[in-house]
Amino acid sequence: MADQSWQRTARVMRRAAWGVTGTAVDAAAASVGAWVDDALSASPDPGATKTPPPTFAAVPDVPKNATKEQRQARNDVVRQQGDQLVTWWLTRMLTATRPVPERITFGWHQHWATSITKVRNAPLMLRQNELLRTYGLGSVTDLAKRMVMDPALMIWLDAEKNTKAAPNENLARELMELFLLGVGGGYTETDVKQSARALSGWKVADDGAVSRDAKRSDPGPETVLGVSGVNDPLTLVDAILAAPAHPRHVATRWWQHLASSEAPAADLLDRLLVAYGPSRDARALFRAILLDPSFASAASSLVMSPLEWVVGSMRTLDVPVTTDAVKQAVATLRNLGQVPFLPPNVSGWPSGASWVSTAAAHTRVTAAVRLSKAADLSTIANASADSRIDAVAHLLALDHFTDRTRAALALAKGDPAQLVATALISPDYLVV
Amino acid sequence: MRAPYDPRLPLDGLTRRTFLRASGVVGAGALLTGLAGCSWTDITKAATDNPLPAGTPILVMVTMYGGNDWLNTVIPVSNPAYHDARPEMSYSHDEVLALDDVTGLNPGLKNLSQLWSAKKVGIVRGVGYPQPDRSHFRSMDIWQTASPSTPLTTGWLGRWLDAAGSPEPLLGLSIGPVLPVLAVGATKTFAALSVKEKSNEPLVTAMAALGKSDPTDSEAARLVASSYAAVGTVREEVVQHLGDVSLPDEVTDDGSLKSQLLTVAACIKLGAPTRCYSVSMGGFDTHAGEKATQSQLLSAFDGAIQSFRTAMSGHSRETDVVLVAYSEFGRRVQANASQGTDHGTAGDVIVVSDRVAPGFHGDQPSLTDLDQGDLKASQDFRSLYSELLSKVLGADPSPVVGSGTTPTSILR
Repeated sequence: MADQSWQRTARVMRRAAWGVTGTAVDAAAASVGAWVDDALSASPDPGATKTPPPTFAAVPDVPKNATKEQRQARNDVVRQQGDQLVTWWLTRMLTATRPVPERITFGWHQHWATSITKVRNAPLMLRQNELLRTYGLGSVTDLAKRMVMDPALMIWLDAEKNTKAAPNENLARELMELFLLGVGGGYTETDVKQSARALSGWKVADDGAVSRDAKRSDPGPETVLGVSGVNDPLTLVDAILAAPAHPRHVATRWWQHLASSEAPAADLLDRLLVAYGPSRDARALFRAILLDPSFASAASSLVMSPLEWVVGSMRTLDVPVTTDAVKQAVATLRNLGQVPFLPPNVSGWPSGASWVSTAAAHTRVTAAVRLSKAADLSTIANASADSRIDAVAHLLALDHFTDRTRAALALAKGDPAQLVATALISPDYLVV
Repeated sequence: MRAPYDPRLPLDGLTRRTFLRASGVVGAGALLTGLAGCSWTDITKAATDNPLPAGTPILVMVTMYGGNDWLNTVIPVSNPAYHDARPEMSYSHDEVLALDDVTGLNPGLKNLSQLWSAKKVGIVRGVGYPQPDRSHFRSMDIWQTASPSTPLTTGWLGRWLDAAGSPEPLLGLSIGPVLPVLAVGATKTFAALSVKEKSNEPLVTAMAALGKSDPTDSEAARLVASSYAAVGTVREEVVQHLGDVSLPDEVTDDGSLKSQLLTVAACIKLGAPTRCYSVSMGGFDTHAGEKATQSQLLSAFDGAIQSFRTAMSGHSRETDVVLVAYSEFGRRVQANASQGTDHGTAGDVIVVSDRVAPGFHGDQPSLTDLDQGDLKASQDFRSLYSELLSKVLGADPSPVVGSGTTPTSILR
C-alpha cells in the first residue's frame, strides 16, 4: 500500500513531468526534493540531443506579380515546414530523457501563446521555441525582454504595424493583460496607449532580424504605470515588471498551470513571491510551487490537457516513437484541439475543466485503445487476474483507483489492452 | 489579430476564469456543475418523446468572437466622417449593398441584403453598455453574463434555464464541444452537441461505468466522470429509426458556422425540444489588413445563414426561428496604420427572422461625438436580451437581466 511520501511524490511527478510510472515514483519517493532539484536542473539530456530541431530551407517571398500557382507553391512549403515543426516538437517531448524542462517550455508557450497560423514562418516559430527553452528556467526579466523583441511574437501581435502615425495597440495590450500583469493588473487605457507608443516603429526583416525605424517611431519618452522615461521595448518591460501585479500574475498563472485550477491563497502566494524574488527567478518559483506543502495536500483539481494526456500516456506506456505513432498523436491532438504552435488565440488554450466539457470523449477513447495496443503490456498480462488492476495503477503511478473506476476496469480484466485503455480515460488518471 | 478562431475552443475557460479571478469570484470549475454532453441519438430520442410544440418560437444566438468591425459591416457610406477616419479601408457607395440612402451592407453580405429587401432583417444600432471595456475577454464576459458592473458566474441564457425550471435537459443546446459562459446557469447548463460523432465505438460499456460518480471524487474528477455520463443514456435502437431527418451530408466536422447552423436546422426540423441554440464563429479581431479579411469572414457568415435559411425553407417551423448575431464590441472609428482597427465599443446586432420588425432599430451613434475615439452606445444590450426573453423565450426577463430594462420593440 502506498504511503504518504509515495503519494506526494507521485503527485509532484505526475504534475511536473510527462509519463511517470510507479517504478519511477518508487525510486524517487525517498526524497521528492532531490527529484525536483534534479528535474529542474540544467543537466545534459541525451534524448534531446538525439532529436535536434529541423533546419528549414529559406522560403523566399514570391514576386508581386506572381501567379496563383506560384503563391500556392509557396504556401505549400510554408505549411509543410509548419507540420515538420509540430512533428519535431512532439517527437522531442516524447523522447527527451528529462521531460520537465520540456514541459516548462510548453507552459511558457501556453503563457506567451503564439500561433503559426498567423506567423506563417516555421524558422521564426522555432526561434521563439528555443528562446522559451533557453530562458524558461532563468530570470523572467531576461525572458520578457527577449520575448518583446521576438520576431514571431512581433508578427503575431502586429508590432510591425504599430507606428507613430497610427498606433496599433495589440502587443502593448497583451503584454499587460496576458503576459506580464493580468486582467485587473493596475494598468489603465492610457498605459496601454503610452506603451504602444514606446513599442512603435519596429520592423521584422525576412531573416527575423528586428530593427527600429526612427521615422516611424514615437520619440517619447512616455510615462507608463507611473514610470517616466519609457522610450523603447526594454525600458517598457522594466516599467511593467516593476508593477506589483507582475509577480502575482506569473506566480498565479504557473500555480494554476501546475497545481490547481483555484488561485493560490494569500499565504501561499506570499511564499511563491519570496521564491520568485527581485531577480524574477523562474526555476525558484517552480521549485517553490512543486514543494509547497499545499501542492500535494490540495484536493486533486487539475484535469490533464490533451497534450499532457497524449504525451504522458505515450511515455508512461513506452509506446515506440515511430513516425506513424507521432503522426497519429498529432491527429489526436488536432481532434482534441491542442496542437503545439497552434494555440486558439493569444490567451493560449483553455485550461482544466474546459477539456472535459467537450464531447472529446470519443477521440480520447479511440486514442487510448490505439496506444494500449501499441504498448508492451506484458507486465499487466503476466500479472494474475486478481492483481491486474493494481498492476495498472502502479504502471500509471496512481496509488489507488476509486471504487467506480475499479468497477469499470473489472469489465475489461481479461484483455490487458482494453484494461489499460479504460484506465487511461478514467477520471482517476485524467485528474492530476 | 488573435488567431483564427477555432470554434471548438471558444474564448471560454481561461479567459472567463481570468476575469472571475481578477474579480475575486470563485474559479470556473464550479460553473460547470451539471454539465451535460449529449449525442445526436439523445436529440432524436428527445424529439420523439417530447417534441417542441408547433409554433413555439426558437432563438438561435450567433456569437461572433473577436470584436466585429460593425462600421464596415453596416456602413454609414454617406457620412464624410466615416471616410475621413479610415481613408484606406472605407467602402465607397459603389462597393456596398445599399440598405437605404445613407447606409449599405458590406459586399460580403449578399444574402443578408436580399433578406433585408424581403423584410426579414432587423438591425439594432449602437448597442453597448456603460463604461465599455476593450478587453475581448472581459467584454465578451459582460455580453454573455449580461452584467457590466458586477462579475457573475452565470450566463444570461443559463439563468433563463435556471428560472425556467423545466425538467427537459435539451431546452438549451450549444453546438460544439465547449460551452460558452452564456449557456451556464447556477443549477443548469445548456447541453453540448458536437457534430463530430462516431457510433459503434469501443469501450461504450466502460465509459458508462466511468460516468458514475464516486464519493471520493474531487471536483475535477467529477467533471471528467460527468463527461462520460451521457454515454450511458445512448439508446442505439433509436438510431435505426431516424427517419428522413438525419444530420445532413454537408455537415462535416470542420466546426464552421455553416456546419453548426445546419446541425441546428436538423435539430429544429426533427422537433427537438430545444428553445434556444448557441452557435459561434471567430476571427473577427482584425487589427491589420482588415478589409479583405473581414469581407471573407462576413461572406462565410452570410453563406452560413443562407444555408440555414435554405435548410429551413418550406418547413413548418421556418417562421418560428429568430436568429440573433452579436459580437463583444465594435472597433475604433479611426483606422490604425495597418489598415485595421483596434478594439472599440458599441456595435450593431443583426436579427434575421420572419418575426422581426424589419429595418433599423435605434440610432447609429455619432462618428464625431466620440468617447476616447470610440462610439457612444445608444442602447443597452440588456434591453435587447429583455426583448428576446419575453418575446421569443416566453420568459420573465427580470430574473435574468434584472428589472430595470425596457424591452426594445424589434420583434413583432
